[in-house]
Amino acid sequence: MATTQVHISPAGCLRGAALCFPAFPGIIALGMVFGTVAAQKGLTFLETLMINSLVFAGASQFVAMEIYKDPLTWGGLIAMVGVTGAVNMRMLLIGASLRPWLGQVPARNTYPSLFFLTDLNWLIALSEYDKGTRDWGIYLGSGLFTWSVWSVSVIPGYFAGSLISDPKVFGLDVVLPAFFAALLVPLWKGKRQTVSWLVAGAVACITWALVGGYWSIFTGAIAGALAGAYLDD
Amino acid sequence: MTDGLFSADAMFVMAVLGMTAITYTLRAGGYWVMGRLPITDRVRRGLEALPGAIIVSTILPIVLKGGLAVGLCLIVAAAAQIKLRKEYIAVFCAAGAAAALRAAGM
Repeated sequence: MATTQVHISPAGCLRGAALCFPAFPGIIALGMVFGTVAAQKGLTFLETLMINSLVFAGASQFVAMEIYKDPLTWGGLIAMVGVTGAVNMRMLLIGASLRPWLGQVPARNTYPSLFFLTDLNWLIALSEYDKGTRDWGIYLGSGLFTWSVWSVSVIPGYFAGSLISDPKVFGLDVVLPAFFAALLVPLWKGKRQTVSWLVAGAVACITWALVGGYWSIFTGAIAGALAGAYLDD
Repeated sequence: MTDGLFSADAMFVMAVLGMTAITYTLRAGGYWVMGRLPITDRVRRGLEALPGAIIVSTILPIVLKGGLAVGLCLIVAAAAQIKLRKEYIAVFCAAGAAAALRAAGM
């Protein structure tokens, strides 16, 4: 399998899109709630579409909307951009871990495709790579499809507000973390993972307890990677 | 009204462009840096350990925030996945467990 070149095919893109389905109830619910929040905050429809489809990073959009006040000042603008950077800091690590996968693809193809990088298609692409898949359509197809669904799901939320006023009642808030937990299972291979995950988990929990917010993803992930790097068999 | 729907405030557009730029920089930045680092054995092992570490660090604070109910649901998801290796069944079980736990007042 190491001899198979990284390539791309329409079939791979379609399969990537299909692999996203388990996560869609969670994504659609989250997109709808974002639409509702945007409408309540007084954004116009066009502004809502822009922030949702261009930034395309759920958690950071919600945090930025917490800060947003009409009329927007320069201070508010800088704060919105700043928290977006802080919440999305993990993208640095996610992108870094894709290097072995996408490194053989020409840069003119990978760099545009990195706009569609999310936790979801990253995770799908990575678990497929682990199984020996070398068709990077998995990454691109799942990214494009997730972006499309995310972009559309905000619309009913904007206009029909309280359709899903409380996603918790239907258990929709656990869909994404549950999907992550499920995809974590096949990544476990032995002692190296056990140690690295324990370190990551401990550092993440301590960071969360001390500073809160989204820094824990960053500190925990780096600690876990370092543990993995320096653990000799 | 139609006018209002499709208008956009200049300051808001600038904020969105700033948010888009910083997010894209982060999306592409880690990938870019890794292309310029020599991939030694240590770096390779670190990169291999990164995905699991990111997932664990993402999930655990969600459990701390969400409490016992969320924690139980994720255990249900992991258990279903270990048994069946089908992501959509695992997710369905977890969402069902969450709905049931909340209906029961947890």
